[in-house]
Amino acid sequence: MNTNPTTTVMENDDDVAAPVLLSPLALTWRKFKRHRIAYISLYVVGLIYLMAIFGEFLTTSDIHKTSTRRAFAPPMGIHLFAPNEDGSSRFQLHAKGLKLEIDKVAMRRVFAEDEEKIIPLGFFVKGYEYKVLGLFSSNTHFFGPVNPRDTVFLMGADRLGRDIMSRIIIGTRVSMSIGLVGVIVSLFIGVTLGGISGFFGGWVDNLIQRLIEFIRSIPTIPLWMGLAAAIPLSWPPLKTYFVVTLIVSMIGWTSLAREVRGKFLSLRYEDFIIAARLDGLSNMEVIRKHMVPSFSSHIIASLTLAVPLMILAETSLSFLGVGLQPPVVSWGTLLKEAQNVRTIIEAPWLLIAPATMIVVAVLALNFLGDGLRDAADPHAH
Amino acid sequence: MMGFCLRRILYMIPTLFLVSIVTFVIIQLPPGDYLDSLAADMGESGSDNTAVIETLRQQYGLGQPMYVQYYKWMKGILLYGNFGISFEKNVLVTDLIWDRLGWTFGISILTLLFIWITALPIGIYSAVRKYSFGDYTATFFGFIGLAVPNFLLALLMMYISFKYFGQSVGGLVSPEYIGEPWTYAKFIDLLKHIWMPIVVVGTSGAAALIRIMRANLLDELYRPYVATARAKGMSEFQLLMKYPVRVALNPFISTIGWILPSLVSGEIIVAVVMNLPTTGPLLLRALLVQDMYLAGSLILIVSLLTVIGTLISDLLLAWIDPRIRYQ
Repeated sequence: MNTNPTTTVMENDDDVAAPVLLSPLALTWRKFKRHRIAYISLYVVGLIYLMAIFGEFLTTSDIHKTSTRRAFAPPMGIHLFAPNEDGSSRFQLHAKGLKLEIDKVAMRRVFAEDEEKIIPLGFFVKGYEYKVLGLFSSNTHFFGPVNPRDTVFLMGADRLGRDIMSRIIIGTRVSMSIGLVGVIVSLFIGVTLGGISGFFGGWVDNLIQRLIEFIRSIPTIPLWMGLAAAIPLSWPPLKTYFVVTLIVSMIGWTSLAREVRGKFLSLRYEDFIIAARLDGLSNMEVIRKHMVPSFSSHIIASLTLAVPLMILAETSLSFLGVGLQPPVVSWGTLLKEAQNVRTIIEAPWLLIAPATMIVVAVLALNFLGDGLRDAADPHAH
Repeated sequence: MMGFCLRRILYMIPTLFLVSIVTFVIIQLPPGDYLDSLAADMGESGSDNTAVIETLRQQYGLGQPMYVQYYKWMKGILLYGNFGISFEKNVLVTDLIWDRLGWTFGISILTLLFIWITALPIGIYSAVRKYSFGDYTATFFGFIGLAVPNFLLALLMMYISFKYFGQSVGGLVSPEYIGEPWTYAKFIDLLKHIWMPIVVVGTSGAAALIRIMRANLLDELYRPYVATARAKGMSEFQLLMKYPVRVALNPFISTIGWILPSLVSGEIIVAVVMNLPTTGPLLLRALLVQDMYLAGSLILIVSLLTVIGTLISDLLLAWIDPRIRYQ
């Protein structure tokens, strides 16, 4: 018996790396990474959520601290070199203080930079006291004035002299979480109703489809306005928050339900589903073990695309004054400050700063969702 | 075709019924009613008005159970065209709403035209010159259009036009023309104002439609029939317009169904920002002071007209594309 040649070949084969077997998840990830903008957006979205979690650490001043003398203070620039007394200059991050001047022509007060007054800025400075994640307290801030008694307005101040940048950072928490909570609610309704509709078919399907058509055919804003206006002003902020979330999640679920239904319909007669059923699995088991895993990636992609819609919905309602109410800080309530043209002309930063934040967040979420959808679809070209 | 029309119109009846119920429930949701807040106001002035309030309550039927109120309201609307009374302004709702509804739908329909006129050529260009500079520009503006909410765009445009062009903003006509009879000069002034809400409301819809048109056309452009026509010597432009564009246009029409509700929604919120004499500001005010019949009638009619608009677009689509009829 001559078995030697075979063995030698096998031994040689061991030197060559075996072909890597990639799981579907790893394949999706690889495809996703090729979508450049989506990949960058993933980091942007991650940063925004980090900002939402560790908001106070990043703020430069307390968001409720008012100062009438600093009402509508313009954004301050950050300067790098401060002059010494002898005329030379040294490296010192600082902002210039503000002084009030009267504009004789327009007869109103304007702010001017005070060359004399220097507000030194630094990293990891001491400021107001806050709680990290609601657990332990700290007073260290990432960036801000070295002297805790100074205030610096990097993006200007509102009509009560509160720092816009700090308010935007804190507002991230409410605005971004409404998107997430709303998406979870619509996920629940959408998957349940869409699943029932697609799995059972018949008159149940017909009924649910008519309901979805009904919801989609009426203009949403007047309806939301009606619902949101019904929230009593005396309610505690948390309760209002949840009701507003429920209201805005009423849009998301219809498209999700349609998608789930479509998937159920197309999967219903696939061989592996019939096989599973013939093996005696109950309806619930077939759905949970075989159907849901096969389209969960699609669901995740459409959920990501639903988040920005809800953020925009909350912003619109709060802007109109029927959604969240101050003192709750969200991007929508911040924009409410910039409701008329006169204010915007006096203080453009009231509009521009929150608006930029909203556009960046919504764009990043949209790109992320697009990338996920492309990556999850094995038939995409 | 007749059968399809009939079926679609029959489907509409339960929808309309549902709309009326949902509307009524919504306007009933806030605790208390207009008379409560009126009584509170009167109470502050020190006089005792319990009797007056009671008479008013009887007159409007506000103390009755909800289904009785609903029945009365619906009966008034269906039999006499009477939508009830606006408590705050003390006039019939019908006297207040019609011209405002007219403006809302006028602007929405003009916006729809604007969306088609811009999205069609840009979408075709983007698909034919794929990955060109123009395509990237269109895609970029498309994404921006989707990401900027209507009211923000309205504020931005008002700011820019005021700051850099010194144009008066807000409203549909300049202040000096308000309440004046229609003249040629007033019409020109209207044109100077009305483009802004149209562009603001239309941007996100146009952005979405450009992307749809581009994707649809890209699916068609590389089909064998296009290659065949090209091989036979058909000119590029004629070929493009005659075959792939026509096929790609189909989903274009079906989008009216979902675009109309969002246009009406957008118009309402933009009207609040730009202070247009349309439904938006009236509805917001009515909701805030619990002027329930006014708010209810506005929500009801706006939803109703949108449902009818969607129906018309469905029928149009069925007329153009026979496949839909036989589904």
